[in-house]
Amino acid sequence: MKYMNKSIEELHELLKSGEVTSKELIEESLKLSHEVQDKYNAFVTILDDAKEVEVTENPLSGIPCGIKDNYSTRGILSTGSSNTLKDYVPFFDATAYAKLKEAGAVMVNKTVMDEFGMGGTGTTGHTGTVLNPWDKSRMCAGSSAGSACAVAAGVYPYATGSDTGDSIRKPAAYCGIVGYKPTYGMISRYGLFPFASSLDHLGVLTRSVKDAAIVVDNMKGIDKYDMTSWDSSKINLTKSLTGDVKGKKLCYIKEICDISEYENPSDELKSHFDNFFNAIEKAKELGMEVDEVSVDRTLLNALASVYVVISCAEATSNMSNLTGIIFGPRGEGKTWDEQTKDYRTKGFSSLIKRRFVIGSYVLQSENQERYFRNAQRVRRLLVDAWKDLFKKYDAVILPVSSGPAKKFDGDDDMLSKETVTLEEHLQVGNFGGFPSITIPDGFINGLPVALNITGNCYDDENVLNIAYALEGTMDFKNQIAKEEK
Amino acid sequence: MGYKAMIGLEMHCEFSETNSKVFSSARNSYSMTPNENIRPYDMGFPGVLPVVNKKAVEYAIKASMVVNCKQPEYMYFERKNYYYPDMPKNYQITQETKPIPVGIYGYVDYECNGEDKRVRINNIHLEEDAASSDHLFDTTVIDYNRAANPLLELVTEPDFRSGEEAEAFLEHMRTVYQYLGVSECDSKKGHIRCDVNVSIMDETLDEEDPKNWGTKVEMKNVNSFGGVRECIKYEIKRQTKAKEDGTYDTEVVQETRRWDEETGTTIGMRSKVDAVDYKYFVEPNIPKFKLTKEWLDEIRASIPELAYERKKRYINDYSLSDYDATILVKEKKISDYFEETVKLGADPKEACNWVNGMILAELNNIDNELTIDNFYLTPSMLYDLIKLISDKTISSKQGKQVFYKALEQKKEPKQIVKDEGMMQITDDSEIENIVNEVLSENPDQAKAYDPENPRLLDYFIGQIMKKTRGKANPSIAAKLMKEKLDNYER
Repeated sequence: MKYMNKSIEELHELLKSGEVTSKELIEESLKLSHEVQDKYNAFVTILDDAKEVEVTENPLSGIPCGIKDNYSTRGILSTGSSNTLKDYVPFFDATAYAKLKEAGAVMVNKTVMDEFGMGGTGTTGHTGTVLNPWDKSRMCAGSSAGSACAVAAGVYPYATGSDTGDSIRKPAAYCGIVGYKPTYGMISRYGLFPFASSLDHLGVLTRSVKDAAIVVDNMKGIDKYDMTSWDSSKINLTKSLTGDVKGKKLCYIKEICDISEYENPSDELKSHFDNFFNAIEKAKELGMEVDEVSVDRTLLNALASVYVVISCAEATSNMSNLTGIIFGPRGEGKTWDEQTKDYRTKGFSSLIKRRFVIGSYVLQSENQERYFRNAQRVRRLLVDAWKDLFKKYDAVILPVSSGPAKKFDGDDDMLSKETVTLEEHLQVGNFGGFPSITIPDGFINGLPVALNITGNCYDDENVLNIAYALEGTMDFKNQIAKEEK
Repeated sequence: MGYKAMIGLEMHCEFSETNSKVFSSARNSYSMTPNENIRPYDMGFPGVLPVVNKKAVEYAIKASMVVNCKQPEYMYFERKNYYYPDMPKNYQITQETKPIPVGIYGYVDYECNGEDKRVRINNIHLEEDAASSDHLFDTTVIDYNRAANPLLELVTEPDFRSGEEAEAFLEHMRTVYQYLGVSECDSKKGHIRCDVNVSIMDETLDEEDPKNWGTKVEMKNVNSFGGVRECIKYEIKRQTKAKEDGTYDTEVVQETRRWDEETGTTIGMRSKVDAVDYKYFVEPNIPKFKLTKEWLDEIRASIPELAYERKKRYINDYSLSDYDATILVKEKKISDYFEETVKLGADPKEACNWVNGMILAELNNIDNELTIDNFYLTPSMLYDLIKLISDKTISSKQGKQVFYKALEQKKEPKQIVKDEGMMQITDDSEIENIVNEVLSENPDQAKAYDPENPRLLDYFIGQIMKKTRGKANPSIAAKLMKEKLDNYER
C-alpha cells in the first residue's frame, strides 16, 4: 500500500503536483479491492474497468472510492445485497452518486451490506458475510459492512453508506474509522433503495473527520427529485473545521454512561467507559464544558421497540415494489400473484421476512393505534427529549455500542436487556434526523471502540467541528486496520 | 310496501390539464401508444421518490372550494398498501380522511328534471392513478402512461334516491370540472370513472337512523353516466325483488359487484368479508405543507364563472330561454364559442340560434367526426355570417347555404358571398326599377291583380326573383310591389 492509506487532502496534493496519477491510484485501489475481497468479502462488484478522470480543483477528483450497493448506479449492478435484485442494473444514478461523479470521484467497487440495509451484522447480504479487518472472527456490524471494512482496510479513503438506525455509525465504530450521517435531507435520497423513508439517511465512512466533511460537501444539496431535501448551499463543512471549540457545551446521559447503572458490568464494558471518559477529559481540556444529564429511563427503554415498529412498517410498504414482475428475476407461477409470492419467498432472507411480518402486523387497522401510532408518539417524545438537550448543549456525546466488534459465534443478535439502550441509542439520530458522527476513541484488546457526537438538525458544521477537535487530541485518525489474529 | 333507495357515488376525475403527472415529471398526456409517457417513478423502480405537482394540488383545492368543502390547514398524503399488477409500487399515494384530505364535508346543488337537489359531499381527495391494463385472450398487458396521473376522487353521502339523480349529478360535476379547466372529462379517455353503492330500505322508515339502512352493495368502475343510471336501476330492482320474495337476507349481501354493460346486469365479484386492509399511513417522502391563506385566496379568486352561473347570466342579460341557456352551457367549449361570438358584437339570440341549432346539429352528427375544437367556422366567421344576414346582404335562407358551403369548402362566409355573387339587393330604388320593369313586362297580370285578394302578388315577386337571381330582398320587393300594384291604374 503506497497511497491508499492517505487522506483525501494528501492525495489531492499528490495528484495536483503530478507525483501520482489518477490511473495509478485506481490501479492500486483495484489491487487492494481484490485482496480485501479474498480476505473479508467486502464487495458485490469490483469495477476492474474503472477509468481515471481529470484532476481538477475538486479534492475528490481522480480519487477512488467505494459505493454501497443500495445506491443506484447507472449501468452498473446494484443489488442492495439481495437475491431479489441480484441482476438489477439501474438506468439512472442516485443523486448522491451523480454528484460524486460530477466532482470527479472514481467508483472502484460496490460494497456489501446487510440485505437492503435491514440488519446490523454484515452477515445477511446475498454474497455472504463480511469479516472484520481487525479480527476475521468478528463482524463489522452493519448494514454498511463492506464500506466500513474496505475503508478500514485502506482500499480507498472513503466509501458511501446509508444509515436508518446506525448503519453507518456502528460499522464505523467496529472498524475503527469515522462514520458520519448529516441532517436528514441534506443529501438527497433519490436513487437510494429505501428501507424506512422517514429514517433513511445517506452519509460516508472515512478515516478522518476532515475527509468526511470533504465528501459530504460533495454529496449534499437540494434535489428536485427528493421533496425532503433542503438547500444547504450556505453550509461548508470542510471550512467549518477550525478546531476551535472553546466554550462549547456537551452532555452525556447518565442512564447510559454510568457504570453503576449496570448490574454486572463486564471488563469490556468497563474499559469501554474508561476510553469514553478519557475522551471526555480531553474534551474538557479543549475548553468544552461537559455535563452529565438525565433522561427518563422509561423513555430510553422504549427506544429499540419504537425503531423496530416504525422501520419495519415503512420497510414492508417500501419493498412491496419488489415483485419480480417489472425487474428482478421473475418468479414461477401461473398468475402474477403466484409469481410475486414465489419471487419474494425465494428472494428474501428470513431476517427480512420476519421484519415484513412485524411491519404488516403493526400497520393492520386493528393494531395500528396500539403499535404504529404509539411508536410515532414515543418517537416524538424521544426527539423532544434530545431537542431539549440541544437547547442548552451543542451536542450529546455517548459511547457507541457496549464494546468492540462482536464475534460471529456469539448470540449477539439477542440483545442483552441491560445494554440494549447502549447498543441502540444511535437510532435517536434517525428519529430526529440529527447530524451524528462516530469517531474512534480507543482500543480494547487490540480492537477499536468509538464514541458518537450528535447535534441538532442543521447544526452539522458545529457537530463536525467538535468531532474534529476531539479527534485531534487522540491517536486514531487515519488508522488502517491491523489484523491481530 | 314501497322502498326507497340510498345511493352514494365515488366519482373519479382524472386531471387532463396538468403538464406533468401528480408525483412524477412524466408528461400527463393521453396517448394511444403504450408506455410513451413514463419516468422511473411511474414503474416503481427502487429508489424513486414522489414529487408533488403543485398545479394538481391547486386544481384539487379549486374543486374542493366549488363543492363547498372545508380545506385543511396542512396538506398530507397517505399510502394505501395493496398488491395489484397495475400499481408497480404496490401502494398508492392518496389521502384518507385522517388527517383530512384536500376537502371534507361539503355539498353540491344540482338540478334533476327541473327540480333543485342537494347532495352532501363526504370528502374530496387527490391521489395517483394506476396503470391501465388490457386483458387479452390469455394474457394481460399493462400500459404505464396513466400511472401516477393526477386523480381527484369525490365521495358523496348516500343522498341520491334514483339513477336519474345520480346521472344528473355526474353531468353537473362534469361541467364543473370542465369549467374549472382541470379536465376534459372525456369518457372515451377514461377521465371519469365511478364506483356506485346502493341499498334500499322501507319507504316509511327514517333514513337519518343508520339502524334502518339496508345492506350496501357496491359496483366498481362503472365508466359511463348511462351505465351508472342503469346499474342503479337494476340494483334497486334486484334488491326490491329480493325483499318481496323474502330472500333479501341471502341474496343481498355486503359485496362488490361488477356492472355488465352487455347484459345490463350486475354480477357478484367479492364479498366485503375478505376486504383488504389497506394499512394506511402518512407518506413519509412528502413533507406536510401548509396551505397558506394567501394561496387559498389566490386560488379562490381564480375560480371562473361556472355553468349554472353562466346560465343565469344568459337568461337575465341575453333574455335567452331557460331551455336554450341550459343547452348552451352544458359543454364549456360550446359556451365559450357562443360567448366569443357575442363578444364580437353578434346578437345573443341570433348567435344562440345558430349554435344550438345548426352548429350542434353538425357536431352531434357522428358521421362528421367534428368537435368544437376542429370546427371550421370560428366565432368570428359566425359573427360575419350573422352580420351578413342582419345587414340584409344575404337572406336567412342564403345564410344557411353559406353555412354549409363554408364547412364544405373551408372558406370564409364573406368570401363565399362575394364569390357567388350572393349579395342581396336591398337598395329601394334599385328594387323599384326592377318592380317597374316587371310591371311593364306583365301588363295583363297587373290589370288582373285584385288588391282585395292579392293572390297574384307571389307571381310578381317570383318574377323579381327571377330577374335578380334571388338577390332582391324579399320583404322590400314585396312591400314595393304591393304598393305599386295597389295603385296600378286598371
